[in-house]
Amino acid sequence: MMDFIMYHLPALQVVVPMLAAPICLLMMRGNLAGLVALVTGILCFIMSLLLLQQVIVSGPISYQLGGWAPPFGIEYRVDAMNAFVLVIVAATSALVLPFARRSIRAEIEPSKQALFYTVFTLCLTGLLGVTIAGDAFNVFVFLEISSLSTYVLVAMGARRDRRALTAGYTYLVMGTIGATFYVIGLGLLYQATGTLNMEDLAVRLQPLGELTSVRAGFAFIMVGLALKLAMFPIHAWLPNAYTYAPSVVSIFLAATSTKVAVYVLLRFMFTVFGYDFPVVELSLSTVFLPLALVAMFVASAVAVFQTDFKRLLAYSSVAQIGYMVLGFSMASVTGLTATMVHLFNHAAMKGVMFMVAGAVVYRVGSTAVTSFAGLGRQMPWTMAAMVVGGLSLIGVPLTVGFISKWYLILGALETGDWIIAFMIVASSLIAVIYVWRMVEMAYLTPAPEGSKPVREAPLSMLLPMWTLALVCVYFGINAELTASIGQTVAETLLNGSVDAATSIIPLDGVVEGVAP
Amino acid sequence: MEDSPILEFVLGRYNYWLVIVLMMVGLYVVVARGNLVKKLVGLNLFQVSVFLFYISVGKVTGGTAPIYVDDPNALYSNPLPHVLILTAIVVGVATLAVGLSLVIRIQRAYGTIEEDDIQAADAGRDVSPRAGGESGTSASGGAA
Repeated sequence: MMDFIMYHLPALQVVVPMLAAPICLLMMRGNLAGLVALVTGILCFIMSLLLLQQVIVSGPISYQLGGWAPPFGIEYRVDAMNAFVLVIVAATSALVLPFARRSIRAEIEPSKQALFYTVFTLCLTGLLGVTIAGDAFNVFVFLEISSLSTYVLVAMGARRDRRALTAGYTYLVMGTIGATFYVIGLGLLYQATGTLNMEDLAVRLQPLGELTSVRAGFAFIMVGLALKLAMFPIHAWLPNAYTYAPSVVSIFLAATSTKVAVYVLLRFMFTVFGYDFPVVELSLSTVFLPLALVAMFVASAVAVFQTDFKRLLAYSSVAQIGYMVLGFSMASVTGLTATMVHLFNHAAMKGVMFMVAGAVVYRVGSTAVTSFAGLGRQMPWTMAAMVVGGLSLIGVPLTVGFISKWYLILGALETGDWIIAFMIVASSLIAVIYVWRMVEMAYLTPAPEGSKPVREAPLSMLLPMWTLALVCVYFGINAELTASIGQTVAETLLNGSVDAATSIIPLDGVVEGVAP
Repeated sequence: MEDSPILEFVLGRYNYWLVIVLMMVGLYVVVARGNLVKKLVGLNLFQVSVFLFYISVGKVTGGTAPIYVDDPNALYSNPLPHVLILTAIVVGVATLAVGLSLVIRIQRAYGTIEEDDIQAADAGRDVSPRAGGESGTSASGGAA
């Protein structure tokens, strides 16, 4: 039995949340649906940990759906990189769902709460599916499952602010254009190679680097994915979507959806095309690197002037995505390690910050920066978590943000780019400004005269918030685990992409006779 | 003109030209129209052009429909792109459904589905239909 489950883990990882979605719908009542979603989230988290452990112990897993061998059958392929991303996504959902119980009750009409959990589990299905799929077209389908549910989730904030509807609509238009660009690119690649399996594509694309249609395909895929991950000049949908979505959705999206898009981008860039592919190197140095540097400064500077805490965080996210892009555009092991580590770290710190925003919405009803006045005394634990998250955003030592920036600066110095190293430090100083603004507002500004006293956030919100805050501190002090996984991933991406492609390990013989 | 290489280049790839034109028309509608429903129409055109692209790629010259016939020399068109597009069409329909339902909710919340009027309403200014024009579109956050 245990063997059976272990063997089918890659499929179960996607199937469990997918089946949970209709069950949530049938529950009718918000509380029951929330319970189902919570159990699903925890199950997914356990499964992703098991997968990560399995991958680290015994190398990449290739799961053949229906027993059809790749490249003709559809394959789920798990290696250190996507197992790591799976853990990030599943862990976030397991932490967000207990937080969601009260927050959702306050922000969404009772009749729609069960529907909320249904869409939430569908979104989780999509994100996990994108991460695990080894087939490029399946990535598109899962990407759209997660995106479609995300549009709905964002628009569910309409009870608090009607602008959530327009934010959801804009996100839908931009997201669909991005996804369609991805499909165009994929069509061009399919035309050139006749395959959709990523490992197979990697092998067959090697000799085709000079083909214009392949290069065009690369460009389309990169632009499409850049739209999905809100890379700097095409991030316009992100601030509104994060600001007006229900608090829970902001937490979940900020911590997972852009990370998954970054993962797909890395997968295409380094596994499918390969670093030595002619256009990849060129696009890294002439497109991704400059844009990342601009994003770090411009988005941080815009964040400083925001009057809404959630919008401030959203712009800060755009800047942080800049750090991730900067990491992989260095195309060195250290740079890629920085990207992988930052994927994890940013999920943790932005999770904390948006949870703080959620708790403030729950108690105060607003996330305007001015409404934080005096909260330092009234909600001490929540504001303390905000300080921890804020220090991480800046990159102060002993928090996770420092580890990411440490690797980024190391990567820059390795290639002798003193200017880039300096810019990383300088852009962190802008983060100091916007974080300090919040701290000043919470601790040094007295609450306005005659305002009602505010109570501390309930325990069901504080526990997930502080779990993440402690993660921020723990992995800031002891980064061995995240850094070693990041380094393994970076080394396989840069050195062994083609070797790994040719050695697809068949897992037959474990459960003979189950698959048709 | 019969064997002009340029003409041959253009005509021999007519399916791609059609796809490109359709794609650009769709994208233009998305960008240029202020009506939220028209935007969705443009978005759909944009997606459909990609469907056509895949389907025309799957055609093998002289190939029959990919249904098995008892003839070893039979040449089949490639069925895979068609199957992929079947999935993509479903995705497109779902996107359109979500988009239209959002438009309905927007209509209920704002009383309009014109982008300019919505932005004016969010900026806290009076909505005077067809008056502000393009000049009012840039204000989308302040003035509240």
